[in-house]
Amino acid sequence: MQDTMKKRASELLADGTIARVLGWKNGEFVYDPTPAVFDSAEELEEGFVYHDFCGNNLSKYLIKLSRLEGKTLVFLKPCDSYSFNQLLTEHRIIRENVYIIGIPCDGKLDPDFVRASGAEGILGITTDGDTIVVDTMYGNVTLQKNACLLERCRNCKSHQVMVYDEILGENGEINEACGRFDEVEKLESMTSDERYAFWRNELSRCIRCNACRNICPACSCEMCVFDNPASGVSQKAAADSFEENMFHIIRAFHVAGRCTDCGECSRVCPQHIPLHLLNRKFIKDINTFYGEYQAGAEAGSRSPLVNFTQDDCEPNIVCKGGSK
Amino acid sequence: MRRIGVFVCHCGTNIAATVDVKTVAKTLGKEPAVVYATDYPYMCSEAGQNIIKDAIKEYQLEGVVVCSCSPRMHEATFRKMVAAAGLNPYMLEIANIREQCSWIHKDMQQATIKAIVLGRAAIAKVLLNAPLTAGESPVIKRALVIGGGIAGIQTALDIADAGYPVDIVEKEPTIGGKMTQIDKTFPTLDCSSCILTPKMVECSQNENITIYSYSEIEAVTGFVGNFSVKIRRKARYVDEDKCTGCGLCTEKCPVKNIPDAYNLGLSNRHAAYIPFAQAIPNVALLDSEHCIKLIKGKCGLCSKVCSAGAIDYEQTEKTIEQQYGAIVVATGYNPINIDGYDEFAYSQSKDVLTSLEFERILKADGPTEGHLQRLSDGKQPKALVFVQCVGSRESGSTHGCGKEYCSKICCMYTAKHAMLCREKYPDTDVYVFYIDVRTPGKNYDEFYRRAVEQYGVHYIKGMVGKVAPQADGTLDVQASDLIANEQLHIKADMVVLAAAIEADKTARPLATMLTASMDTNDFFTEAHAKLRPVESPTAGVFLSGACQGPKDIPDTVAQAGAAASKVIGLLAKDKLSCNPCTAHSDELKCNGCSSCANVCPYGAITYEDKDFSRRRDGSLIRRVACVNGAVCQGCGACTVACPSGAMDLKGFATSQIMAEVDAICK
Repeated sequence: MQDTMKKRASELLADGTIARVLGWKNGEFVYDPTPAVFDSAEELEEGFVYHDFCGNNLSKYLIKLSRLEGKTLVFLKPCDSYSFNQLLTEHRIIRENVYIIGIPCDGKLDPDFVRASGAEGILGITTDGDTIVVDTMYGNVTLQKNACLLERCRNCKSHQVMVYDEILGENGEINEACGRFDEVEKLESMTSDERYAFWRNELSRCIRCNACRNICPACSCEMCVFDNPASGVSQKAAADSFEENMFHIIRAFHVAGRCTDCGECSRVCPQHIPLHLLNRKFIKDINTFYGEYQAGAEAGSRSPLVNFTQDDCEPNIVCKGGSK
Repeated sequence: MRRIGVFVCHCGTNIAATVDVKTVAKTLGKEPAVVYATDYPYMCSEAGQNIIKDAIKEYQLEGVVVCSCSPRMHEATFRKMVAAAGLNPYMLEIANIREQCSWIHKDMQQATIKAIVLGRAAIAKVLLNAPLTAGESPVIKRALVIGGGIAGIQTALDIADAGYPVDIVEKEPTIGGKMTQIDKTFPTLDCSSCILTPKMVECSQNENITIYSYSEIEAVTGFVGNFSVKIRRKARYVDEDKCTGCGLCTEKCPVKNIPDAYNLGLSNRHAAYIPFAQAIPNVALLDSEHCIKLIKGKCGLCSKVCSAGAIDYEQTEKTIEQQYGAIVVATGYNPINIDGYDEFAYSQSKDVLTSLEFERILKADGPTEGHLQRLSDGKQPKALVFVQCVGSRESGSTHGCGKEYCSKICCMYTAKHAMLCREKYPDTDVYVFYIDVRTPGKNYDEFYRRAVEQYGVHYIKGMVGKVAPQADGTLDVQASDLIANEQLHIKADMVVLAAAIEADKTARPLATMLTASMDTNDFFTEAHAKLRPVESPTAGVFLSGACQGPKDIPDTVAQAGAAASKVIGLLAKDKLSCNPCTAHSDELKCNGCSSCANVCPYGAITYEDKDFSRRRDGSLIRRVACVNGAVCQGCGACTVACPSGAMDLKGFATSQIMAEVDAICK
């Protein structure tokens, strides 16, 4: 796949369709690839990679890149294409300045799972269907891909690239039967005290590194409230640990109705806080109260939270659990 | 630190009986920034206002807090007063210690603490107030009247008479409303059509009035002085300009078994029809649900006989858009559906009628041409029973369709019906079952007493429990006479049910479009029950007739005129001063996501591409929100929708609200 992508990108660079390529290059280690912009075929040849550790959602980078002279080529996985649509809806990306190549995806790997399965000292990786062969400092390790997938890929909502100019290979389908709300239901079945304890415990690990915010395609404000001295919440020493926890609650509210459930927040969290569960609770509630809504399924759709229809349920019904 | 003055009002005993106003003034006087605090029996009185004015001068106050009634009551009064004393009118805050404190609490100590807390919140807010200046917006000198019954007609005529153009939008093919179906009107018993028809004709002839019949409101945007309304004109399949109203098409139309709505389904009409002889506009229309040509493409008889060439099967509905300065709602009422009242055998017997159906029986253009006849066998009834309060004054309705309120008009029209029966047919026995007879109004009680004393109508206090159709065609009416304390069986030939009335079904969606408030019964709410009875709380929206509550014709006409005078007062102004408490966007924070525009009910937000290029960062064009201050109504929906916190409301800034919350939670 990597070679096909590189070849196609080089062609488009050569015929002048695009001015640059947004893709991935390896980081310090092969399991931490990082988004990168390539301006020439030489740079592509040298640095462009695509393998099963390339989980990074590239859509957010287009806010800046689509404002540059010339088109930017981007490779979008199915879940990234939802984010792209959502950013289009919010007028954050200039569509004409982007050339999208959709790439099918059957899941990305969680380096921690791979390591935990016995593959320490990762040097490289090759995938063959359901099997991955990890090249390590201590020799090759063969693993089952399914056992090493990121949480979001285990509960993948869609294999379909929702927006593209061209697609490499066959487009997939939306996975209606994904179990992405199962964990939310478990939380809902807890008593409020249990749930409070659960979140206090999870959020207590937060080190406020802001990785979740910085990676989040929905967190694309020009100035984040947490950076705005006038908002009353920025850079303020927290009065107590609970106030510190509120960072995530506020963030979940800010992205409610706009979060496409791309799962980047949980993927990048160095403290392994299951942040996606907060967002999924909102998504599940919106579905219950206002009917099924998937942010980013199409560009220009209006989230029920910023829309009004005459048959919306009344707030008192929302409290009781919704009309639908 | 600003210099704040606090003024605590007793409101007679309204506040002072529950709140220790002296303590409130004394405590708030010790708040930082408060340089003067006092109390007075009536702050809104001239003497009270003078106390504030003098204090502003003497203590060089920069902000004023009045602890009194709801700002809806006197905010405008006090703003004017502080402006007269030289302060910006928006440097005033009101702490509502009446509606939100003294009226809802009994314990003086607790109410006093709460009043102090509310005062503190107002002080916290006023410290962050900034002077605001109101802009101006022009007034479009054209009025819209929604509903063409007697209420809408009278309002339109009065507005037109003052020289302003006015449009009537009526959903039915003709204006006239319920009054066209009524035979005689109380308390004078003059003919309804005789007094209504001239007004209908006047509407069609008045050059200031445009009638959009068979039309409905589709969307309303804008605000007082500047409404923009989309009106959907349904297809009549007849060219209104060409049709002469000769009625030939209605005679030749082969489809003739359609229940006639004008006669409440008691007779049939053709698919091509004119609702009734005096219809305005006097133009035929084709019933698209039944016309064979429109359904199957065959027939075309009406087109052949129409010498004016007015039939147009290709006609489609059209939506027009028109601007208005004021909107009058006159959507009227309907009798409730009484199918649920099975005990009265309404759906079992043709001789059990609603009062409106009985009007059709009595009226000369009705199904019996005005003769009192049973619909079952055409015989003249000898004994009639009238049942009042069917569906009215029902608490905990078991029928599912009853109303808690009194429908107001039934006592009088039932007395009228009873009287008309005895007048024309002295050989009939007429019984009226009532819970109470309610006949206040000029010459009303006299009217009712005439029915009892002069016309010998049997008024029986009590409710009918059951009406049972008998094999011989009569109706066995079982009832209780509460005064004689006995059970009665009356052998009746006809039973007339005074069905409750309810707001028209179109009222609720219309209220949503107008953002006008309604009560739980779908009657429009007035801005003040006593002092502003014909205005909706939504500026520029006025109420006429039964859409505001059950009303008889005299009350409706009086209210229609009052609504018209309010509209005229508005249209007479060239400009309205705008509310300066509008939203504004911080361009440095706005990311142009459109969340605010999506939730704005007034369409006040647009976007523009702005150049934010800086030497350090290079060129940058960003899409940012712009608020049109003349259109923004300051509802604040955008401020909470904005994910970046870029939107804020002047006069109600997030920081001010947080300061209030902090002051309350301190």
